[in-house]
Amino acid sequence: MSLKSTQLPTPTPSKSRTLRPTSLLNGRISLPKRPAGTVYRGREGMWSWVLHRITGVGIFFFLLVHILDTALVRVSPEAYNAVINTYKNPIMGLGELALVAAIGFHGLNGLRIILIDFWSVGTRNHRLMFWIVIALWIVLMLGFAPRHLMHVFGAQ
Amino acid sequence: MSTVTIEAAQTRIPERTTETTAVEDAPPGSFVVTLIIRRYIPETDDEPRWQDFDVRVLPTDRILDALHKIKWEQDGSLTFRRSCAHGICGSDAMRINGRNRLACKTLIKDLDPSKPIYVEALKGLPLEKDLVVDMEPFFEAYRQVQPFLIANSTPPGGRERTQSPVARERFDDTTKCILCAACTSSCPVFWTDGQYFGPAAIVNAHRFIFDDRDESAQVRLDILNDKEGVWRCRTTFNCSEACPRGIEITKAIKEVKQAILVGKP
Repeated sequence: MSLKSTQLPTPTPSKSRTLRPTSLLNGRISLPKRPAGTVYRGREGMWSWVLHRITGVGIFFFLLVHILDTALVRVSPEAYNAVINTYKNPIMGLGELALVAAIGFHGLNGLRIILIDFWSVGTRNHRLMFWIVIALWIVLMLGFAPRHLMHVFGAQ
Repeated sequence: MSTVTIEAAQTRIPERTTETTAVEDAPPGSFVVTLIIRRYIPETDDEPRWQDFDVRVLPTDRILDALHKIKWEQDGSLTFRRSCAHGICGSDAMRINGRNRLACKTLIKDLDPSKPIYVEALKGLPLEKDLVVDMEPFFEAYRQVQPFLIANSTPPGGRERTQSPVARERFDDTTKCILCAACTSSCPVFWTDGQYFGPAAIVNAHRFIFDDRDESAQVRLDILNDKEGVWRCRTTFNCSEACPRGIEITKAIKEVKQAILVGKP
């Protein structure tokens, strides 16, 4: 009798996890701790998009809070000051660092995406442009981060 | 072949055991590579599972050769599509080490043979069995862009629709598509939004939009000027990198976007 996979005897339910017909034929049983699938190995284009989306969503939520707390100054300046004072702690200071990093990347990468769409050779140079974005971003962050962290942790 | 070699071979045969046969038959330069294949047999499996296979291969063998060896010598139930096996029919696109490629165009030596090679079905299309996916959503999007020449007028001056080499060059890149779905199933937008036309459909629309013999460019541009059309493209370039034919897909999509915005150049 020829063995067709569709006609293979169905294993009993209790053993179905370990005694797959193909595992029996091959003699090797796959390890239980394997991912459901591999992560797609995209390159600079895909990861820049992932970063762009993460920073974009982060900035959106910041803006939501930011509009609320700034609108508070119309309600009462004292309430506004009270809210702003609660921001003056190291955790929010690190949050500000993350915010500037996110906006820096999102802005620079946004220019890159515009160039991809509207510059005639943009699609051929997208990878180079990505590394230029990263380089500019690092330079900007090197200028900002030390001074900002000195304010957050150093003075007072 | 000299007689000596044949006699030597004949005298050696009785001494062989099953274990040594494989090694002695091994071609010079061959080595064993581990393929970890994501298996799914709907009759017996609730979930896809990974299975290891050790295959003796040459560096110049293709992943398709390794799959054939597994199917023919180790496990006949391993299921995958292949037709021409020479990179033209587009049947054997699959995810190899996390990237979409044609199994028949991927050489073992171009991967890292010292590590296991992961092989799994295309992402974003319904899994049917092992490495076979349901291509219907892919072809449905392809059909929607009307991928055929539409010319209702009488050909000027004769029976032929002639075309200048310059006009032909305009869409040369997108004529190379073999509909393997490597691009569409590498697109993060397509994974989460199956309604998106996907790169392959736009590439094949581009092929006729920029053909000066065709008279329905505007119809296709209207179809693609949709929430699920070209504007869904997020320029991740996964499609351009996955294409086994080297089509600059993101560039083609961008040209369709611009044709919608400012008219056909």
